[in-house]
Amino acid sequence: MTVKTVIKKNTYFDSVSLMTLSTKANKIEGIRQAVVAMGTALNKEVLHNVGLYSESAEQATPGDLMIIIEAEDEAACDEALIQVEELFIRKDSGDLNQEIKFSSMAAAVKRLEKANLAIISVPGAYAFREAKKALENGLNVMIFSDNVALDQELALKQMASEKGLLVMGPDCGTAIIGGKGLCFANEVRRGNIGIVAASGTGAQEVSVRIDDFGGGVSHLIGTGGRDLSETIGGISMLAGLQALEEDPSTEVILLLSKIPAVAVAEKIYSQVKSCSKPVVICFLGGQQEKITAAGAVYAKTTKEAALKAVVLAGGKEEEINTHPLNLPLIKEIKAKLRADQKYIRGLFCGGTVCQEVMGLVREKYPNVYSNIGDPAYRLADVHISKDHTMIDFGDDAFTQGRPHPMIDPSLRIERFLKEAADPAVGVIAMDFILGYGAHNDPAGIMLPHIRRAKLEAAQAGRHLEILAFVLGTEKDPQNFSEQVRMLMKEGVTIASSVVNTGLLAAGFVEKEAQ
Amino acid sequence: MNGIKDLLYREPVVINEGVELFKEDLVKQGVQTVQVNFTPPAGGNPQLLDILDYLSDPRRKEAIALANQEAVKRVITSHPVLVGYGKALDVIPGMTAKTILHAGPPITWDRMCGAMRGAITGALVFEGLARDIAEAEVLAASGEIIFSPCHEHNTVGSMAGVTSPSMYVHIVKNKAYGNLAYTNLSEQLSKILRMGANDQSVIDRLIWMRDVLGPMLKEAMELAGEIDLRLLMSQALHMGDECHNRNVAGTSILSQALTPYLAQTGFSMQDKVDVFNFILSSDYFSGPTWMAACKCAMDAAQGIENSTVVTTMCRNGTDFGVRVSGLPGQWFTGPSQQVIGPLFAGFKPEDSGLDIGDSAITETYGIGGFAMAAAPAIVSLVGGTVAEAIGFTDKMLEITTDTNPNVTIPLLNFRGVASGIDVLKVLETGILPIINTAIAHKEPGIGMIGAGIVHPPMDCFVKAAQALGQNIR
Repeated sequence: MTVKTVIKKNTYFDSVSLMTLSTKANKIEGIRQAVVAMGTALNKEVLHNVGLYSESAEQATPGDLMIIIEAEDEAACDEALIQVEELFIRKDSGDLNQEIKFSSMAAAVKRLEKANLAIISVPGAYAFREAKKALENGLNVMIFSDNVALDQELALKQMASEKGLLVMGPDCGTAIIGGKGLCFANEVRRGNIGIVAASGTGAQEVSVRIDDFGGGVSHLIGTGGRDLSETIGGISMLAGLQALEEDPSTEVILLLSKIPAVAVAEKIYSQVKSCSKPVVICFLGGQQEKITAAGAVYAKTTKEAALKAVVLAGGKEEEINTHPLNLPLIKEIKAKLRADQKYIRGLFCGGTVCQEVMGLVREKYPNVYSNIGDPAYRLADVHISKDHTMIDFGDDAFTQGRPHPMIDPSLRIERFLKEAADPAVGVIAMDFILGYGAHNDPAGIMLPHIRRAKLEAAQAGRHLEILAFVLGTEKDPQNFSEQVRMLMKEGVTIASSVVNTGLLAAGFVEKEAQ
Repeated sequence: MNGIKDLLYREPVVINEGVELFKEDLVKQGVQTVQVNFTPPAGGNPQLLDILDYLSDPRRKEAIALANQEAVKRVITSHPVLVGYGKALDVIPGMTAKTILHAGPPITWDRMCGAMRGAITGALVFEGLARDIAEAEVLAASGEIIFSPCHEHNTVGSMAGVTSPSMYVHIVKNKAYGNLAYTNLSEQLSKILRMGANDQSVIDRLIWMRDVLGPMLKEAMELAGEIDLRLLMSQALHMGDECHNRNVAGTSILSQALTPYLAQTGFSMQDKVDVFNFILSSDYFSGPTWMAACKCAMDAAQGIENSTVVTTMCRNGTDFGVRVSGLPGQWFTGPSQQVIGPLFAGFKPEDSGLDIGDSAITETYGIGGFAMAAAPAIVSLVGGTVAEAIGFTDKMLEITTDTNPNVTIPLLNFRGVASGIDVLKVLETGILPIINTAIAHKEPGIGMIGAGIVHPPMDCFVKAAQALGQNIR
């Protein structure tokens, strides 16, 4: 075997594009393995790991592109390299009015003077600089990037406050502004419910449930997961709340977050108290009394929050299909599982989905472990499950140096097969997230693995229950009904919401007292 | 207007920096979006990022912006005119009988590339300071000859840029600011001194240029008074030149302007026919003329405190050198790069010498590679499509300070050429200036073997930024 390393100085591509390219490169005939990546320390480590590291790779900087190919011999490497280089070539349309791509925020602002929002998804180390430039140019900012320092987040949000601008993020994956989905967002009905959310998939779930219950969304403002921490003080949520109160298209406001820091919660309650529009608050896991005392409507779950908001916004509760829990189904599945099939394994792309399901399962079973949430119930090794285990594949442990699981499903597939082979497992629960930014066929890529897992379990004489939740609407680009149909065809049970996913899973593995 | 309300009440109009998929999804939803392709600023070097941040603090940013506006204003309002020709020894400041000027930043004999050595030894033979090339090499290495960069003498030199005392040079005057600039005469063809060739045919041509061409041009300009080079350069751009690698139009209109006066000189008919045939022999005749015009304009922008505008880009075949308006007298160098482009038949890429010449003064001014869109005819020479040529030209807007309304590009709705390369913008965007250029053989004595495009090494800009960080308080 021969390894060939080519370093292209000062050539930058984002990790998503490079992943696509690497994938294509690995498919080229004659290539044993190929890596196409920027020369970051992390990528160099990857090279070490796959045995492709070399002195010339060491010389690459984070601004340099590395192409490393392993093939039969020198000639095969050269042949393959030509094909890899071809992957970079974008077909020239011959159109003189080709769209211009800029290399700097400043140049883009000059060309698009009407711009009012910058979406920033650069590596975290650079996000602060770019966001600052956007604010200086009078733009609202949505920072998709994570790994931004807390003091930088604070500085950005304070700067935005002074300028009357909004900062969504860092680590904000979802927003809907004026009916337009930004980054990871679903195509939901426009309406009069305005949402401010500190969680990404939680916001997607609430907006999709609102759509499902017949309501609609005016705006969905994301704040990033740390906005309600003591340090940040909820700057973005408070700004969002005020903007929605003043926004004529918004009649009901919904706030969604984990439980905020105490001082921050107080600020929010005080602003809610004086708010002229009805406010529904869902702080996953509680504060019912304080929320009620602030004159807001308490919701325990995302589903309940969506339902209450839709009713406040004018929906008739009796006409809404709330998808109550299917009790006969629980009974039926329970009967199929053997006594030793005691555990649920939840494999989720969505962090809030994972968290909410975990919370609901924990109400029934104390032994629920995870890679996120309560430190007392953290897995010692996130790659090895214990009792009931809920994995958030969007967490740092799984996303270092690779795209989000909503785009790249490979790690979850691997884990799924492992869990499916465990005889103590009764139910594997998974979310399939649709919408903009997500994989174009999340169910489809899972089907062969589901088929195989089911077959192997049957051969071992047990039933393996697979519970899927498809987060999306009929208007999403992936075709919701078709995704559901494909999964059902493989014998997968479909849950209608995050909440029902948790409740069904917990019910399926319940054992009758002997 | 309140920024949040503008976003919520109007509709999102988005600048998407990073993952392009997000832009595509926005476009599908009918959202007006432009894409910014992110490159780690300063190549991801933390120390440089600190410098960029230091310099972008509002007070310094303002001071730099004002200084750069002034620098570019001087470039734009500069008005170079051709006022005469003369012997280097007579007209170039600091020239002596034993001085040889060369292209690029300062360099010693032992580090010079093949083309530069070939040109210098040829010039020493031409000057009668050595009997043959071998003797010239000994003399060049002896320390007796003073080597000095053209740029430090208000001069520019194409390729090796070798300018010796008795060579005739253009004299260009900046009518707006009064400063003068000089450059050698075109030797036409490819087997020439500036490309490193130095056989007897090369020396004979230099002698004829000294004895006939130069004096005739000098006499013609004494009759003409002055020729407006900025006007001719702008016209040439409208006629499909970029005035660096393509000079078909420029040479036609310059020779049109010179001819009536050349005809009136006291030289013999045969000499005049020889001169007209010489001009006819290569489209490159006016190439050096535009270089001197650009040099004249860029020198006017030197020495403006706090300015981060590049006033010089040049190469000696070993090093690439950059000078910055706010840092007068300082050179920032990095290794000369390989020029990528088509070669004459029979030559291979490994034959080519590294990037060489002061001709990048044209790009520093805003023409040449920066005005590729003006010269669709040569995009194949530099290996691209017309759309790519426009792309290059547009890209340069991102690293420059302003556009020059006096020199415009018809294909881009008569937008002015990008002017005033900003060191900080180069580092911020990772976009390097694009330079159109010729390729000389790496060995002395051979000459031109091709043409193509090249970029400066990032090191020059890195070093300049470090000095700016020290200098701007």
